[in-house]
Amino acid sequence: MSTTRDWLLDDSPASRLQASLGRSYRMLLALSRNPLAVLGAAILLILLLTAAFAPLIAPHSPFGQNLGARLLAPSAAHWMGTDELGRNIFSRVIYGARITLMIVVLVAVISAPLGLLIGAISGYFGGWIDKILMGLTDVFLSMPKLILALAFVAALGPGIENAVIAIAITSWPAYARIARAETLTFRNSEFIAATQLLGASHLRVITRHILPLCTSSMIVRVTLDMAGIILTAAGLGFLGLGAQPPLPEWGAMISRGRTFILDQWWVATMPGFAIILVSLGFCFLGDGLRDVLDPKQGGKS
Amino acid sequence: MGAAVPDRGRIQGAVASVAGFVLLTLLTFIGLLAITFFIGRVIPIDPVLSVVGDRATQDQYDAARAAMGLDRPIIVQFIDYVGAVFRGDLGRSISTNRPVAQDLATVFPATLEMATLGILIGVGLGVPLGVWAAARRGSWIDQVIRVFALLGYSVPAFWLGLVGLAVFYAGLGWVAGPGRVDIFYEGLVDPVTGLMLVDAAIARDWEVFWNALAHLLLPAAILGFFSLAYIARMTRSFMLDQLGQEYVTTARVKGVAEWRVIWTHAFRPIRVPLITVIGLSYAALLEGSVMIETVFSWPGIGNYLTVALLNADMNAVLGATLVIGAVFILINRVSDVLYRVLDPRSR
Repeated sequence: MSTTRDWLLDDSPASRLQASLGRSYRMLLALSRNPLAVLGAAILLILLLTAAFAPLIAPHSPFGQNLGARLLAPSAAHWMGTDELGRNIFSRVIYGARITLMIVVLVAVISAPLGLLIGAISGYFGGWIDKILMGLTDVFLSMPKLILALAFVAALGPGIENAVIAIAITSWPAYARIARAETLTFRNSEFIAATQLLGASHLRVITRHILPLCTSSMIVRVTLDMAGIILTAAGLGFLGLGAQPPLPEWGAMISRGRTFILDQWWVATMPGFAIILVSLGFCFLGDGLRDVLDPKQGGKS
Repeated sequence: MGAAVPDRGRIQGAVASVAGFVLLTLLTFIGLLAITFFIGRVIPIDPVLSVVGDRATQDQYDAARAAMGLDRPIIVQFIDYVGAVFRGDLGRSISTNRPVAQDLATVFPATLEMATLGILIGVGLGVPLGVWAAARRGSWIDQVIRVFALLGYSVPAFWLGLVGLAVFYAGLGWVAGPGRVDIFYEGLVDPVTGLMLVDAAIARDWEVFWNALAHLLLPAAILGFFSLAYIARMTRSFMLDQLGQEYVTTARVKGVAEWRVIWTHAFRPIRVPLITVIGLSYAALLEGSVMIETVFSWPGIGNYLTVALLNADMNAVLGATLVIGAVFILINRVSDVLYRVLDPRSR
C-alpha cells in the first residue's frame, strides 16, 4: 500500500499518468481533511447509489396504487407514509433520486460546455467577438433566472426535457463569465504563443490548451450551482411545468401533497427533506472543492 | 483656486460612467424585449394556427397571418413589438379578457407589499446578525448564521411556505391563512395605493389592518428568511474584512470600547457594499415571490404569472415576465450606480 502511495506522491513523476494521478490523489487527500466536504461527498454517493439501485432499495413500486391504504401516516410499514393514491412515499422518494440526478447531469452537460466554449472564444479572440458575446452574456446574467426559465417552459410546453432546456438556457452565462476571466489570465502567456508558433489552429489552441485550464474553476462553480438547479427544477415540477405525474419527481410530489398539507403533512413534507439533503450535499462538496481547487476564491466566506 | 476649477478628468469620468450605465441598461432592456419577443413569436410552432384553428381555409389563414403582421420581416415585427410595449400595450389576456397591462397594474401592489415587508425583515435581522457573527467569530451565533446561509441555498421556498402554513397557521394558529385578508374583510377599504396595510391605515380601519397584517406576516417572513440568509452572510464577510484591518487594531489599542469599534469604526465602510447586497436581494425577492405567492394564493404578479402559465395565456405570461424582468434589471442597475456614487474610492 505504502509503495503505491509513495509512487503517487513522488515529487518527480516519471510519466504523465503518474503526474496526473498524483495530482488527483493530493486533491483527494486535501478534500478528505475537510469534514463538510466529506459529508457532502457521502450524501452525493448515497444519491448515486440510491438512483442506481432504486428497485432493490424501494420496498414498494413507485407507481403501485393501493386505494385501501390512502394517506396513511408514517409507520413501520410505510416509513414516510402513503399518498392520496395509497402509493408508498418512501419508494417514490427513492425513485425520485433518478429523476433529480438525470436533471442535474443533463443541465450540467448542456450548460457548462456551452458557457465554457463561449467564454473561451470570447477571451481568446477579444475585440468585437468579445464585445458581442459578453454583451449577450451580460444581458442574460441580469435577467431573473427563474422567471426566464418559466417563460421558456411556457413556450416549449411542460415536461421534464423542456424544463432541462429552460434551466440550461438560463445557467450558461455565469460559466461563460468565468471561462472568459480564466482565459484572459493566460491568453498572452508564452506557452500559448509557442503553440501558435508551432502552427496550431485556433481550434486546437482553444480545445487542447485553454479549455483544460478552465475546467477546475468550472467544476467548482457547477457543483456550487447544483443546489440552485435542483431548486429550480423542483420549483418547475411544483408549478406543474416540469416532470409530469405520475413521475415521482420531488417537486411534483410536493405539489400533489399541497392539498393535504394541513391534515396529512407527510405527503408534501417528505420529498422536501430529500431536496434539502441533496442540495446541502452539493453545497458542502462545492465549498470543499473550492478550497482545494480554487484557493484564491476560498476562505472569504 | 484649485476647488473652483472643475477637474476635467473627473467630469469626463463621470460622463463616461453615466453614458456607460445608460447604454448598458438600454441594451439589457432591449435584450429582455428580444427574449420575450423570441419566446412569444418564434418558439410557438404556428401562432396563426392557434388563433384560426386547424380547420380554417388557406384564405382565412393568410388573412389572419396578415392581420397579425406575421407576413412582414421579423425585424419589423420586433420594432412593432417594442413600440407596442412602450405604449403600454401588452396585448389582451385570454383568461381575464382584459388588457394585460391593466391586470398587472392591479396585481403588482400586492407583490410590492409582500416583498417590501420581506426585505425589511431581511435587513432588520440580517445586518445585526451578520455583524454579531463577525464580532464573535466561531461562537454559536456564527454557527447559526452559517446554517441559515446554507439552508437559504438548499431549502425550496414553496416547501418552506407549505410547512410554515402547516405549523403556524394550522398547528399553532399564530397567523392567518392564504390570501390577503379574510373573505368578509374584502373590499371594505378603498384601494388608494393597492397596498392593503397603507389603504387600511388611510381608511383608519384597524380591524382590516390587523387582519391584513396577520395574512402578510408568514409569506413575508419566509421571503425575509431567504434574504436574511444572504444579507447576514455578506455582512459577516464584509465585517471580517474590516475587523482584520490595522485601523481596528489601532482603535482597540487606544482603548476604544468594543461596541464603538464595531459600530462606528468597522461598520461605516461596509454600508456602501451593503446597499448593493440589499438591492440584489430585493430583486431576488421579487423572483422568489412567484413561488411564495402560488403557495399562499397571494393575488400578486407571481400568482398571476403561474395562473397564466397553466392556462397557456401567452400574452399574460410575457407581460408578467417583462415587468418582473424590467423591475429586476432596474433595481440591479440602480444599486450598482448607488454603489459607485456613494463609494468615495470610485469617485
